[in-house]
Amino acid sequence: MSAALTRRYVDVALTVNSEPVSRRVEPRMHLIDFLRTELGLTGSHAGCEHGVCGACTVRVNGQIMRGCLVLAAQLDGAVVETVEGLSDTGEIRDLQEAFVAHNAAQCGFCTPGMLIAAADLCMHQPDASRVAIREHISGNYCRCTGYQAIVDAVETTLTGRRGSLS
Amino acid sequence: MNEFVRPSDLDRPNSYIGRSVPRPNIRKLVEGRGRYVDDITLPRMLNVAFVRSPHAHARIVSIDGAAAKAMPGVIRVLTGKDLAEICDPWVAVLAHLKGMKSAPQHAIAVEKACWQGEAVVAVVATSRAIAEDALAHVHVDYEPLPAVLDMETAMDAKTPIIHPELGDNLTFQREHVQGDVEAAFTASYKVVEATFHTGRHTGVCLEPRSILADFNRADGQLTVYHSTQAPHMMQGVLAKHLRLNEGDVRVICGDVGGSFGIKVHVYPDEVAACAIAKLLGRPVKFIADRFESMTTDIHARDHRITGRMGVDKDGRITAMDIDDRTGIGPYSVYPRTSAIEGNQVVNLCGGPYDFANYRAKTTVVLQNKTPTCQYRAVGHPIATAVTEGLMDLAAEAAGLDPVEIRRRNFMKDGTYPRVSPSGMKFEGLSHEACLEKLLDLMDYPALRAEQAELRKQGIHRGIGIASFIELTNPSPFMYGIGGARISAQDGCTVRMDPDGSIVAMSGVTEQGQGTEAILAQIVAEGVGVSMDRVKIITGDTQVTPYGGGTWASRGAGIGGEAALQAAIELKRNILGVAGAMLQADPQSLDIAMGEITDKATGQSRMPLAELGRIVYFRGDTLPKDLSRELMVTKHYITKEYPFAFTNGIQASWLEVDTDTGMVTLLKHWCVEDCGRIINPMLVDEQVRGGVVQGIGGALYEHCIYDDQGQLTTTSLADYMVPMAAEMPDIIVGHVETPTKESLLGAKGAGEAGTAGAPAVIMNAINDALSPFKARVAAMPFTPMRILEALGKV
Repeated sequence: MSAALTRRYVDVALTVNSEPVSRRVEPRMHLIDFLRTELGLTGSHAGCEHGVCGACTVRVNGQIMRGCLVLAAQLDGAVVETVEGLSDTGEIRDLQEAFVAHNAAQCGFCTPGMLIAAADLCMHQPDASRVAIREHISGNYCRCTGYQAIVDAVETTLTGRRGSLS
Repeated sequence: MNEFVRPSDLDRPNSYIGRSVPRPNIRKLVEGRGRYVDDITLPRMLNVAFVRSPHAHARIVSIDGAAAKAMPGVIRVLTGKDLAEICDPWVAVLAHLKGMKSAPQHAIAVEKACWQGEAVVAVVATSRAIAEDALAHVHVDYEPLPAVLDMETAMDAKTPIIHPELGDNLTFQREHVQGDVEAAFTASYKVVEATFHTGRHTGVCLEPRSILADFNRADGQLTVYHSTQAPHMMQGVLAKHLRLNEGDVRVICGDVGGSFGIKVHVYPDEVAACAIAKLLGRPVKFIADRFESMTTDIHARDHRITGRMGVDKDGRITAMDIDDRTGIGPYSVYPRTSAIEGNQVVNLCGGPYDFANYRAKTTVVLQNKTPTCQYRAVGHPIATAVTEGLMDLAAEAAGLDPVEIRRRNFMKDGTYPRVSPSGMKFEGLSHEACLEKLLDLMDYPALRAEQAELRKQGIHRGIGIASFIELTNPSPFMYGIGGARISAQDGCTVRMDPDGSIVAMSGVTEQGQGTEAILAQIVAEGVGVSMDRVKIITGDTQVTPYGGGTWASRGAGIGGEAALQAAIELKRNILGVAGAMLQADPQSLDIAMGEITDKATGQSRMPLAELGRIVYFRGDTLPKDLSRELMVTKHYITKEYPFAFTNGIQASWLEVDTDTGMVTLLKHWCVEDCGRIINPMLVDEQVRGGVVQGIGGALYEHCIYDDQGQLTTTSLADYMVPMAAEMPDIIVGHVETPTKESLLGAKGAGEAGTAGAPAVIMNAINDALSPFKARVAAMPFTPMRILEALGKV
């Protein structure tokens, strides 16, 4: 990329974890780098930087997205939520507790992205089967657990939420 | 078992050994509050990026970095020659691997690039993005050289020699002979033979290799934040090659995002980052991107193995003959060397079985591909696949069920200690008990009946069985005797603070296995406090006792025993002080849940906090000659056996679509014996994760090179790893044969899953294909290879 191009900047104002932030960013800066280097939100991780591994999964305007495939410059006015924000609000507390109880995280590098993907499933498919859980999290790679504990944790969370509704 | 700790007794207070308790350090990970190297930013920090060779083999004719250097934000452009002035090269050989040779390797290539991806120029800039921009403006003139790619022809006369000073492309060869193999084959009822290939693959840690080095010129200290498994080893390596004293190098290892053996090696680009930090006197960060991970993380398991097995009329093994060949890239990897994997194949083939005649040879050759080295379960998946593949062939030849032939050949439980034909010493294994437990768990007869029924409907399912042994708790016989400065000993310091809190500092490290959890369990039980009062500190060479780190499944067995001994000694010291304070015989006192208690009645006499208050703030009130050491360090090293071998058995139930070649995994079982189990949940999860990594190598993962030596699988879109939807549920069972060498009795558990999984997948596929007389033996078993075996393509 030429030096001239990198000197052009874009102003963005958005909401990240309920806080308004505004920055002047390079057009090429990805959301994951924006979160990590501009805002110091290092909970989301860059694993492959080409949209396969899912470690950078965050929530943008209610949808889960890959932080490495979204440009910060596209996000003026957007609402972004990361694992830090979802932890602070307590929204995924039961899911996190299930991850702890089942040891559904080992090295923890995939975990924030995995939790956000799993939270999306819990929200939209409250009756998901084990097969459906496995399908849903197949966009998030984990090299440590072999996935079974993660499936168990998500299943436990879904069961718990159904129980608390009835 | 011991007056202080009875690991099998779960009814006592604070008895944590043997319990499934959650990891204390997992909560920060599920809240995104861990700290990996790339999460750290230091003042005046620079980033380094590397120009990497686009050729498999090329002479570096000239380098022009002027245009890059002139770009805003670029601080320095450095070549291999520049770095060679401040950083000494290394040669990765071990003296006990007789005749081994390798060439000097520099932090950055000096004269020649020897694989696609080798670092040729370093660009240091104020951000990684600026450094990468500048890479495009560095002009390197290469003279491409013929690339040595095929391991089979690497030693042919017409093949170019990668390092002419070595004389040839052979780095190591070893043949082990026990008994008379040829005579035994001649006398055999049947002799089976097959050639196996294990595909070259790699670890794909989700966190790429990461290092941040900071050199303080004023005090001469190099501080390195490193994603590593072996902080003390790295301290020694960096001190030696950057010409520093070990005391002036501090390696700090925080959270590590996966390692699997990938992060236990010395990587030239990481050493380069440290050298540049020393040169510039500023923090320098290097985080590999995924392309760099795929081309420069060590690869592994690139083997071709031809094996023969003879059996008598009863199906008993008469002899085994193994010819292994592996290509390891252009350099043996420092300091563990790239000959260990082949050496392990020689050591481990036939491991579970009682037979007399064994011959095995490994030939380790150089080639212009990414260097290979130790990856989870080093050599085990290869040896297990070959042994168990031959066992199934022998079963068929002898007309026996795969279960029956194994039962007839196992080293019998209760006949230990004994020595294998390869010379491995076994303290106590449990193949028979593991087999029986497995058959129960899987209901083997029912599964065979289901298989037969489905076959009539054109549904082809297979059952695979594979027994294995696993090398854990290595002594200096693994590396130290060969001259490598890699500690087999490990230490733990346990301290009581004034309020009764316990701090334990250990030389073993955590990469997600649960090391810190099991250390906390052991220390809590050993001292006699609640687990939440124990804080574990690992991964800081300036703080923890010297140790080897976490590899070869040594964390629990070695680090855990050191922690137990230190905890017991601290308890003894505490009770000595308590005896003086309470005017009681220390032998009559105990510690339970943080209280000094009367041993006989269990009645509380005093909280630890009161003892802490007196020792730390009112020591004047204690007898003058009373010892009051509330900090204890103990070290542990195995002495009786070179390795603590474990064993286990796996089974797979899968379906092969004979029209598409697709394999669907239906269920998987593993029964293993890692000795004393400290935390059953964590052991199960090690097994499951290991199994899935083994399945990756069996079905998906493959580093594929074209005929120019270009790696074609450099992204995660091209290199397949197991995903959740394709993986089966994995049933885990245990047999416990504690090692008698230690009080704790723990052996390792980290590699059992990976050791056996490829073999069972292979055997299950071949079982499914048996009606077609089709077989596969080259991993990964892709749909195309299965269709080829079926003669459909």
